[in-house]
Amino acid sequence: MIRLTGEAETEALGRALAARLQPGEVVALHGDLGAGKTSLARGILRGLGFEGDVASPTFPIIQVYEAPDVRIPVWHIDLYRIEDESELEELALDDARWDTALIVEWPERLGAALWPDSLQLFLERDGEGARALTAQVPPAWKDRWPLP
Amino acid sequence: MSLILGIESSCDETAAALVTADRRILAHRVAGQESAHRPFGGVVPEIAARAHVEILPSLIEEVLAEANIPLGQVDAIAATAGPGLIGGVMVGLMTAKGLSLSANKPLVAVNHLEGHALSPMLTDPDLAFPYLLLLVSGGHCQLLFVEGVGRYRRLATTIDDAAGEAFDKSAKLLGLGFPGGPAVEKTAQEGDSRAVPLPRPLVGTAEPHFSFAGLKSAVLRARESGRYTVPDIAASFQKAVVDCLIDRTKRALMHAAGATALVVAGGVAANQAVRGALQQLAASHDLPFVAPPLWLCTDNAAMIAWAGALRFEAGLVDDLDVAARARWPLDPHAEKARGAGVKA
Repeated sequence: MIRLTGEAETEALGRALAARLQPGEVVALHGDLGAGKTSLARGILRGLGFEGDVASPTFPIIQVYEAPDVRIPVWHIDLYRIEDESELEELALDDARWDTALIVEWPERLGAALWPDSLQLFLERDGEGARALTAQVPPAWKDRWPLP
Repeated sequence: MSLILGIESSCDETAAALVTADRRILAHRVAGQESAHRPFGGVVPEIAARAHVEILPSLIEEVLAEANIPLGQVDAIAATAGPGLIGGVMVGLMTAKGLSLSANKPLVAVNHLEGHALSPMLTDPDLAFPYLLLLVSGGHCQLLFVEGVGRYRRLATTIDDAAGEAFDKSAKLLGLGFPGGPAVEKTAQEGDSRAVPLPRPLVGTAEPHFSFAGLKSAVLRARESGRYTVPDIAASFQKAVVDCLIDRTKRALMHAAGATALVVAGGVAANQAVRGALQQLAASHDLPFVAPPLWLCTDNAAMIAWAGALRFEAGLVDDLDVAARARWPLDPHAEKARGAGVKA
């Protein structure tokens, strides 16, 4: 368990993660509303070189980031509004994985379709302003997690 | 007078409309129509490209039949080419390309945001360029200086959540019903807007943008503290959103010299507290206040046909190889917003 004492620390962890993130990899961010998922996602995007506004993907479902704004192509995905699994396949997330990294909020909506090689991070609020982060680490991330 | 068929499929709604360049809406349809009950967006999005594919052809036939106009009499075909979910955008744009090719009519590729930006002119013939537009919905929170067709300056945007999203998520955190906007507004009527100290992110700062993520977190903390009633939190939250919108709009007015009107569009414009405060702000600047009817504020194809009509009349038509775009800023020169918590 990692304790993050504020938004700045959450973002910093995202930046560190970004330095190790490869095209085609998936980071799944679990946690309730207000748990800090978007702060962590913003940190990853900053770490990949994106300097603009990190707009919420809740309504558009997918925010696309491409070169030259980012080091590797990345989709910031929010499945909050997905209710029917049949809608998932049409997002073509599997196809995107050929060359794009995915940051997925509300990955629970994927059910069994959540890729087993995903780095799964669980965020929970832990007192005033702080967050507790735990990870479920697939083999491909064993030598990269925890972050130094 | 040019007659334009408009197609919209960039987000949840599938829509088609027939609009003339002299502001006649001959027919317009939005599939499902659940949107009438969820002004800030929905929890059951018709995101699937397949849904758009299934619905769109019959929808187009319906509007042509309703207006009793054969496709051959249409002057141009306009479709949203972005920004949005790429699958949906492609369905609408490809359909438009097919019709354009088969009927030998020009194609007009419309930016979805341009549709919103020009929509107030469709129902208000007195509205003239330039005007300041606050576009405030579930997916957008922007201040645009609309100078003319194809000429937009983005003065502000949200650096995180849109205002409508803040309403929806706060409603969920407070255990209120859906849609969140009307639920919060109704509950707020029984509460005291001064009862809960909530932040006004970015208010009073030199930077122009909006931010609502921190407000959402503050609502969560207020709820969990157990010290406040739900109506008091709802009323205080709504007041905080109104204060943010007004402060940022007031700031933008200083950078919108020559504006002939203050215009609001987007589902959040349905909120009476928001509307009232904007009306007051406009009056204090001696500006007319313009708010299009709500059906035109939410996603629809009439605004796409209308923007298409203005572009067509200006000679702005597109080749058949124009691409669908997931990302398409209306003002590519806009100053990039900085993410919260990042010092530049």
